[in-house]
Amino acid sequence: MSDLIKKVDQAWLQPSERFIKRRAMRAAFMKAILFGCASLSVLVTLGILYVLLSESWAFFREISILEFLTDTQWTPLFEDAHFGILPLLSATLTVTGVALSFALPAGLILAIYLSEFASNSIRETVKPFLELLEGVPTVVYGYFALLFVTPLLQQLMPNLAGFNLLAPGLVIGIMILPYTTSVSEDAMRAVPNQLREGAYALGFNRMQTAVRVVVPAALSGITAAFVLGMSRAIGETMVVAIAGGQNPNLTFNPTEGAAAIPAYIVQVSMGDLPHDSMGYKTIFAAGLTLFLITLAFNIIGQLLKRRFREVY
Amino acid sequence: MQFIKPFYSHAESRRLVRNQGIKDKLFSVLGVCILLLALMTLIALISDLLIRGIPRLDWAFLTEFPSRKAERAGILSAWVGTGLVMMVTAAVALPLGVAAALYLEEYAKKNWVTLFIEININNLAGVPSIIYGLLALGLFIYTFSMGESILVAGLVLALLILPVIIVATRESLRSVPNDIREAALALGADQWQTLRHYVLPSAWPGILTGLIVGLARAIGETAPVITIGALTFIAFLPPAPIQTDFPYVNFDWLDAPFSLMPIQMFNWISRPQADFHVNAAAAGVILIVMTLLMNGVAIYLRKRLRSPYKG
Repeated sequence: MSDLIKKVDQAWLQPSERFIKRRAMRAAFMKAILFGCASLSVLVTLGILYVLLSESWAFFREISILEFLTDTQWTPLFEDAHFGILPLLSATLTVTGVALSFALPAGLILAIYLSEFASNSIRETVKPFLELLEGVPTVVYGYFALLFVTPLLQQLMPNLAGFNLLAPGLVIGIMILPYTTSVSEDAMRAVPNQLREGAYALGFNRMQTAVRVVVPAALSGITAAFVLGMSRAIGETMVVAIAGGQNPNLTFNPTEGAAAIPAYIVQVSMGDLPHDSMGYKTIFAAGLTLFLITLAFNIIGQLLKRRFREVY
Repeated sequence: MQFIKPFYSHAESRRLVRNQGIKDKLFSVLGVCILLLALMTLIALISDLLIRGIPRLDWAFLTEFPSRKAERAGILSAWVGTGLVMMVTAAVALPLGVAAALYLEEYAKKNWVTLFIEININNLAGVPSIIYGLLALGLFIYTFSMGESILVAGLVLALLILPVIIVATRESLRSVPNDIREAALALGADQWQTLRHYVLPSAWPGILTGLIVGLARAIGETAPVITIGALTFIAFLPPAPIQTDFPYVNFDWLDAPFSLMPIQMFNWISRPQADFHVNAAAAGVILIVMTLLMNGVAIYLRKRLRSPYKG
């Protein structure tokens, strides 16, 4: 009897060797394909590095790095060509400075409000709207900065230039506000409730708890939010390209117009540049500068973010 | 007998508590003000576009090619181009993103290779979009000689939104309860069958949300397609993807030059004449309605379909 069961078992219930083999092969095959797709992202990074480095290499063979970093003029397409990145960099930093001087305090207050003060229902209704603010296309923000914010500011400050760095800075500040708010709010909500309860037990009220306990405890996460927001402001292209002006201008005055690094790249690529021309190489050198700056901020931001997760 | 002298008198401490309560309220008011400022900006932005753009919006605006005369210009080639490029983007980004997320979430061991890939994806999400444009220009166009075509634009936007889709898919996979996986494995399914037939279908709503958010972002992206030479003055349409005779579909359109909505809008904004700014506003209305609609659908889906296994 048991012999019979064994026979039936082998004949019907045991999958054949071939079946098992094919199934294992398919599983391994799928795993390999999935791994390939995951490592594609590494290829993209390598591609970016390859393109930026190889084209910049061609650029730096003709222009010394020292000149690139110290010359105060950027006129690569003129007869009297100068290749100093400083004017583009100053505009980028000015715009970022304006954006952060709005987004830093506003984002921090909003995050404290949403995480410590607001009721759940307020938070749940408000967050989608903030997400919508994040979803507006950047070209529309550029339009808004040039044709709405600039005229509005000109009524307050009559000597404001038509193209200036103040309006795009403020608009970028609004643009990164939802991001910095949500990341720093996450950091604050990750602070364990015992700390808040301890503070209340010592007689702190909400505001004191928020400012003296929650914010210091979430500080690395909040810093990460602003470092990452800053990196976004630096790399933001269309708003400065539309409303910031096109002339390289070594200034830190936000009421003047000046071309930022991404704005210069856009301006040059709108024209038809022959491959291998000097103008073509400059956009890669400018792009490399932009990439390195944002990469540094991103890495710092990611490290800080990792830290706030590990503390508790 | 008093051992500890109170720091504040009774009246003083009452006043102190009341003052602090007022500070709490003031802070709430400040928070609400900033919130209102952000919302007012959104409202101002949309209403400004609507006031300027709506009078210009008519059927002809949608069915005319760009023109040197502002009042005769339309966005036909722009919206057709956007539609075709989005098809390429979705077709490339969805399978790649889902596959990468499946590997990282379901297969990957915790080792340095995985960590490296994860850090890399995080960094890619932070790379400025214009850098992707330079990648496409230097690699796709000059190294692979792919031409300034719809295919290249779709590919570069797909790479741009890949991190968005990967993150959304991973979150969605994580929310699928382990019971499902264990049940499938116990019935003799192997890991791939479990993922294919049980995990992926239950993660699908979250993946879809990620795809919609990603595409909404891709529709509005301008910078990376400017560098690869999207044209603003195209007076013809790419070859139709569907035809009446065999084999009914053709892929010639992938190689065609193209224009896109945000590029068209950017071009009109950069002109000095106010008439073109009106056109830009009208194009902006369509663009923003499209992106807000897509984001709205995504937010709604995320709320409604959070997880089929909860409640």
